[in-house]
Order: sequence, then C-alpha cells, then structure tokens
Amino acid sequence: MSITLKVNGSTHTVDVDPSTPLLYVLRNDIGLQGPRFGCGLGQCGACTVIINGNATRSCVTPCSAVKSEVTTLEGIAKSGKLHPLQQAWIDEQVPQCGFCQNGQIMTAKAMLDKNPHPTDAQIREGMNRTLCRCMTYYRVQAAIKRGAKMIADAGTAEKEVVA
Amino acid sequence: MKSITNVQIENELQKSALTPSRRNFLKTAGFLAVGIAASNADEIVPSASAQARSGPYIDPDYHQLDSWVVIHQDGTATFYVGKTDCGQGTGTSFRQLMSDELDIAYDKTTCIMGSTDITVDQGGSGGSTAMERDAWPMRRAAAEARRVLLDMGANELGVTVNQVAVSDGVISVKADPARKVTYGQLIGGKKFNVTLTGKDINAATGAAPVKPVQEHKIVGKSPQRYDIPAKVDGSLKWAVDVKLPGMVHARNVKPPVAGAKLVSIDESSVNKLPGFVKVVSKGNYVAVVCEREEQAIKAAKALKANWEKPATAPFPKSDDLFTFMRAATPTSTAKPILVGNPDTAFAGAAKVIEADYDIPFQGHTAISGAHATADPSNGQMTIYSNDMKSYGMRRGVATFLGIPQEQVRVVWMEGPQGYGRTAADDAGCEAAYIAKEIGRPVRMQWMRDEETAWDSKAPAFAVKVRGGLDAAGNLLALDYHAISADYNHLGYNEPDSVLIAQLMGVRRNPVPAGSSATPSEMYAIPHRRMAASVVSLPLIWETPVRTGNLRDPNGPQSTFAAESFIDELAAAANADPYEFRMKMLTASTTEDATFRRARSIACLKAVADLYGWDRRPSPKARATGDIATGRGLAYTFRNNTVVAQVAEVEVNRRTGHVWVKRLACAHDCGLVVNPESLRHTIECAMLHSLSRTLHEECQFDGAKTTGVDWITHPTLTHADTPEKIDVVLVNGDPNPNRPDLAPYGGGETACKPLLAAVANAIYDATGVRLRRVPFRAPRVLAALQTAKA
Repeated sequence: MSITLKVNGSTHTVDVDPSTPLLYVLRNDIGLQGPRFGCGLGQCGACTVIINGNATRSCVTPCSAVKSEVTTLEGIAKSGKLHPLQQAWIDEQVPQCGFCQNGQIMTAKAMLDKNPHPTDAQIREGMNRTLCRCMTYYRVQAAIKRGAKMIADAGTAEKEVVA
Repeated sequence: MKSITNVQIENELQKSALTPSRRNFLKTAGFLAVGIAASNADEIVPSASAQARSGPYIDPDYHQLDSWVVIHQDGTATFYVGKTDCGQGTGTSFRQLMSDELDIAYDKTTCIMGSTDITVDQGGSGGSTAMERDAWPMRRAAAEARRVLLDMGANELGVTVNQVAVSDGVISVKADPARKVTYGQLIGGKKFNVTLTGKDINAATGAAPVKPVQEHKIVGKSPQRYDIPAKVDGSLKWAVDVKLPGMVHARNVKPPVAGAKLVSIDESSVNKLPGFVKVVSKGNYVAVVCEREEQAIKAAKALKANWEKPATAPFPKSDDLFTFMRAATPTSTAKPILVGNPDTAFAGAAKVIEADYDIPFQGHTAISGAHATADPSNGQMTIYSNDMKSYGMRRGVATFLGIPQEQVRVVWMEGPQGYGRTAADDAGCEAAYIAKEIGRPVRMQWMRDEETAWDSKAPAFAVKVRGGLDAAGNLLALDYHAISADYNHLGYNEPDSVLIAQLMGVRRNPVPAGSSATPSEMYAIPHRRMAASVVSLPLIWETPVRTGNLRDPNGPQSTFAAESFIDELAAAANADPYEFRMKMLTASTTEDATFRRARSIACLKAVADLYGWDRRPSPKARATGDIATGRGLAYTFRNNTVVAQVAEVEVNRRTGHVWVKRLACAHDCGLVVNPESLRHTIECAMLHSLSRTLHEECQFDGAKTTGVDWITHPTLTHADTPEKIDVVLVNGDPNPNRPDLAPYGGGETACKPLLAAVANAIYDATGVRLRRVPFRAPRVLAALQTAKA
C-alpha cells in the first residue's frame, strides 16, 4: 500500500504494509535514524518523534495512522543551527552511550513547546516515561532547564529587536 | 530510498580519521593517496574502501609505531587505539593523553577505536582498564613519535636535538624561534617505519620516556567529549543503523521455557508471509529471516513450533531462590582468608550479631536489544557491532563458523550501553551464522522481551555475616561467607558458550567454576574469616538465568552485605557510622604500594565534609509524619580506586516509597585525565546502582524468566533522580608530587557502595534494616509494618 508522509518539511511516498510502525518507515525507508528501536512497546521513548506538537512513540504508531507532519531529531535544527535543547545537551555533556537521547531531547522539546517554564516537578513528571539505562537523568534535567532558559533568552532578544 | 551502504560507513570512518583506507596506508604508506584523501576525502574513499573490504584482514602490528599514530600533511594527527568507548568518554581521554605526549594541540587530533582490521588488538573495553593499563602503550607510542619527530626536525633545521623546542606540532630553534618546521612538513602522509619493543601489547614502547605528569598541559583539563555532538544532532551512525545492499532482517524465536527441546517447526505458518526468506534452525536454535524488518518481527511471532518441556524444573521460583542457594551444596569454595583466631575471639566477645543479605540476579537490560549486522560478501565475514570486545568477537565468530580468522573483521560502532558481557556477543555470532547460511548480509536484532529475559545476569548472592564486639564497642572478629549462584559463568565471545552455540548443543568442558567475592576494605579487624562459595542452579545450559560480567561483576553484591553489616555493628556499638569506620581505618599503620589505607581515610573524610555529615549513632530519633529522612554511608575500593558515598533518603511510611534525595561521592582513582568526564561517569555509575538498589531483579517462575519489558522489569526513572549529586575527586596519595602518579580505573568502583549507603540511610530514617535487594515499595512497606516503624 502506498503511504505518503511529510517528514521534516519533505514529502515521502513509500510502499509498505499500512500496519508497519512509523519507526521502521522512518529508519529503513526514509533514512532518518535519529528515532531508535528501544522496546517496540511504547514504554521507553527511544523512538520518539513529534506529531501535532505531541511527543509520539513511533514504534507503536502505524504509519497509515499518521496524518500530520512528522518531526524527527534530524529536523529540529534550523538553518544549520542546533535547537537550543541540542546545544544545552552539549553544554551539559548529557549523554553516556547516547542511545536513548533522541527520546530525551524530543520529549523535552514537546514539553517545552507546551510549557516553556516547567517546574522541577513538572520536568520529572513530563520526562518520567522516557528511560535511560546509562542513567543520565540528572544531566538531562539540568539540560532541560538550561535549554528552557536559552529559549526564553532568545525570545526576549527577538522581541527587543522587533521593538 | 536513502540507505547507508558499507561504502558510506567506510566513508564515515575515513572522514573521521582524516585518512583514506587505513589498511591501504598500513600496507603501502601511500603518500600520494593520503594527500588526495586529506583534500578530497569523499572522492577517494570508495575505491580505497573497496580494497579495504576485500580481505584478508591481517592484524595491525602493535610493534609498528605507524599502527598507533599517523601525522597528516596538514599537521593533524590520527590516533589508532584498540579500545572501545561505551559512553564514558575514554576516547576523549586517550586523545588528551596522546596529544600531551606528542606535543600537539588536542583539537588537531582524532581517535579511531576498536575496529579489528585497522586498530591494534588491545582487547576492546572491560575491567575499568582504559586509563589504568591500556593508555600506557598509547602514551609511549605518542612519546616515541615525538622523539622521532624532534630528531627529524633538528636535522631539518641543521641543529642538534637539544637546541630545538616543540609546541603544538611546531618544532623551532630555541635560540631563533623564527626557524621552525611543522610535524606535517616533516612526515605528513609518510610512515615512521619505527619499530617498538615490548613482550606484549601492554609493554609496547619506544626509546622515549613518557612525560612526568607535571608536564601535562591537556591531561587534567576537561575538553568536551568529541562523540557527543553527533549523538544529539542525529548524525551519528550507530551499529543499528548499518544498511547493506541486499541486506535481510533476522529475528530469533527463543524456547518458550528454559531447557525446552525443539520437536518440530511448521514452516507453512510463515512461508507465505510477505517478504519471507527462510527459517534458519539447528538444534534448539531458531530464527526467521525476512526482507524487511517489520516482516521479520511478524513472522517470528507467527512461527508455529512444537517444544518439549524439560522433565525437571530448570530453577526454583525467584521467591525461593535464597532458600535454595543456602541449602545447595557448593560447587566450589575458595580457601577462606583467615586473620588471627576468629573462633576464640567470638567466644570472648561481649556482643555477637549476625545477619543474612540477599541480592537477586540482575541483568544488563540495555535500553535496546542486542544487535549486529554481518556481511558475507567476497568470501569474507564483516560484522558491524557495538560489542565492547570487538577483537574477541572476531576470534569467537571465526572459530564458531570454522573459518580462518583472517577472513573475519569486526567494525566497532557505537551502541546501547556495554557494561560487561552483554548479549551483543550472542547477536554477533547469530548474525554471522545466518549470513553464512543464506549468503546475504543479515541484520540481527533482539526484541525487548529477549533482551530483558535472556541477556546475561550478574550472579545472585546470599551472604551471612557475623561480628563480635568487645565491651568498648570495638570490632574484634568478623566472619563473612558469601554464596553466589555463578556456576558456568559466561566468558566473552566464547564460540562454545554464546547462546546460539548452547542452543545448537555445544557444551563447554570443563564447566567454568564461576566466582564469589569477599569485601574490599582496609579496616583493621584483629580476627576474621572470609569465605566465598559458588552454587549452581539445576539447569546450566540454554537457560535465560545465565551469569556474565556486569559492571564490577560481584562488587555491588558483596559490598552491599559488607557495608550494611558494618553499619549494623556501629548501631550495636551505639557509635556514629563514620567514626566507627574511621577508627578501624586509622587503627592500622600498614600501607600497600598504592597507599590504599591513606586514600581510604582521605575519601571517607572528603565525603563527610562534602555531605556535611552530622556525627551521631543511627537510627535518628523518630519524627512524626509520613516522610522519614535519614543518611547512610558506605565505602570500598576496587583494585586501586577508592570510593566513599553518602545517600540521603526520604522514606514514605505510608507507601514504602523510597526517594534518594541526595548523593555525595568522594572518589580517588589516582591521576585524573578529564575531570568533567569522570564526574559524569561517577554520577551515572551511582544512579546505575541506585536502579539496582530500588528496582531491578531478574524474576522467574519455575520454568521461565517473567521480566520481559519495562513494566515487569522496572528501572530507575526521571522521578527517582536525586535533586542533588555531589562528586569530589580526591587525591589521597600521601606523595602527590611523585612523577609516576598513576591513573586507576574509573568506570566501576562507584557502583559498589551505593546499595549499602541507601540501606544504611533507610535504617537511619526508620530504624528498619533492609537486607534484601531491591527495595521496591511493597517490600519496604512490609518491613516497616512488621517493625511497626
């Protein structure tokens, strides 16, 4: 069956079984390997992409059910500049092995897009189902706070320029 | 369709190396080729790579300086090391050490790791040996390269070597600094052709000495890890990302219960499914191969097979495990360590206490399932793997397949956490076996249930400890006996113990004895007996409850028992837990060559200062309300690395939920190469053990493991994360200025004391002693209710 997906601004048509999880279409047909297989059960978050502003687990999302644009880790940098959260991740030196960090970053981005100034408790709650087996949680949380500040500061600077 | 080909993978490797075919270079020192590659890597690489892939794959010679260091015409350098980096930043640290010895700017270097045909065999990773052992030949090779370059530079400048200086890869005449020549000008793209000496790779050396640590400029600083940017922008290509022309996807079909025998397979249940390629089966090993990944997943689920259950139970239920272990006849018992006369001392003690501690099997349970991709093209076998011991995988696969080692290479790429003997070993042999069977590149990927249920486990421990105090509360005698369920412990990449070999009926002979462990501390205890035994589960082959090394294989278990019991003794003596330990450390004046006693004292003091330890006996006075708070201390060493930790907990009396609110750690591993990278590794090692303390247990019924996902096998989460983690890097060496100050291991020691620190904090908070790991809320609540605490 022919499925058309819009991903990171580009349109792709693929011929796959409609029940195929979005994860495998992204990784194997479209060549976007930022989202990764962790559990295939929607429990860990390593496969997270953003659809309609929501952090979505692509390993349990049939590709035929996707009607809106998909954003992957590869699609959040703009004009060659890293997303502030990606920069914050480097500044805080977050990863150990790094395998889960796609899920950490994309889940955090969706959270901050909805709530730019989360409390510590909201960060813990918002991130709680996104797992890391190297246990980088402490630095993930620090990087989210740093990234939130960078986004807020950039927003302030933009307003000043407009004014 | 965009796919990554092996040519592109080579391309990535080469670009990061700033060099074309590494092997081609080693064979021919292709000056011209390197020059072209450095200016236009994309165009030269495919043809060079084709040569590189053709095989046979001859081991790079560690006695050749060219195997370790390559200087390019633009003055940059590439270091080739036989190690892998499982995410602790060892690659960055190797670059720092080698850059310092070579006298080149850190940012003009790159590091290539762990691919068997282009890097020397240092065994990959393991045992926290990266800095302690394996960095030494790298440092000596870089120092030798510097020595040779200085000779060449002096000659070029027409002066003696004593008359030149070097900084950042530029050699100049001391008296006339305008006269200078760069490393790139001297040797860029050419071979050193210098032979090193040394009886083995660890002893490899040139004529040059390494620098005294006081002369290091880059070591001791914290350049950011070079691997991180590509891990956060999505550009890194991991072992899971490999795609090859004609590649197919394989999934295993595991026996439904441990020890089951395959009777028959109904291939008609899958052979009409879309993309079906083949069912591969031998003995009790079964895998399904399909063209596409989601097809292989569906087909593996759909395959109908008849299995015969074993006549006897493979293991007891996990709830009965410790009763079973204590009743079992040991398969081996090490000769006890005996100090003084413990029996007489116990007879004269004013107070004797004893306790039993239970630590279950705990798995690696990596964030993703084990995987590997194998390519049988050209009559060779290339395996793309994240296995931390790529060299061992090469040997294991060659033997398992019965092909010459020169036909096999393992290309190491990044993957999910590699803390020991993971199932990456198993997946490598499985991918290679199927690739050889069907003659096409095969990508093998374990699913979540396989990884959680079948990955190797750290052995369960049942420990009994007895202590005798004198009337003044001094510890007179200690009797420690650990029993571990570790018979038939897995080695790394062994062709006769990887799971596929076992399922095909291969049996190692003799069966490995396994190991148990006694505590690692420097306490002066006048009389002690320390014994360690191993027992076996009923089923030792083809079982998901199989043991293999996990991040300090026995340390967390033995230290949980030992340091919990020290706290119990302190409480029995009505002593402050810090002072009770410090008294035993300072009671002796005996030092070893690495000053472990002095460094233990320094770490204990440092962690007490860091945390702000309030000296008083535990438990603290009971407060009202649901939340009880407390702090606990634990200390140990591993080889020459010393660690002391404090955990602060909140225990919810109503629910049994434990939150470790704060952690403090004092850590002494000698020379620190990259402080920030080390701190991060220590933080994560502590949290890894916190996960083992609070959540992790490999559970099983009488037939199979029952943990198969993150619901049935929980792990630490964001909500569990402490709000504050402090790490202080201690240098407790009484002679800190000695030029040979050595680096010790940094990857594992911090895992060891954490379980006991948390248990001791819970006791401090509630007066309830938890002796069975993990401390999940229902277990804690039951203990609180029993004690009416």
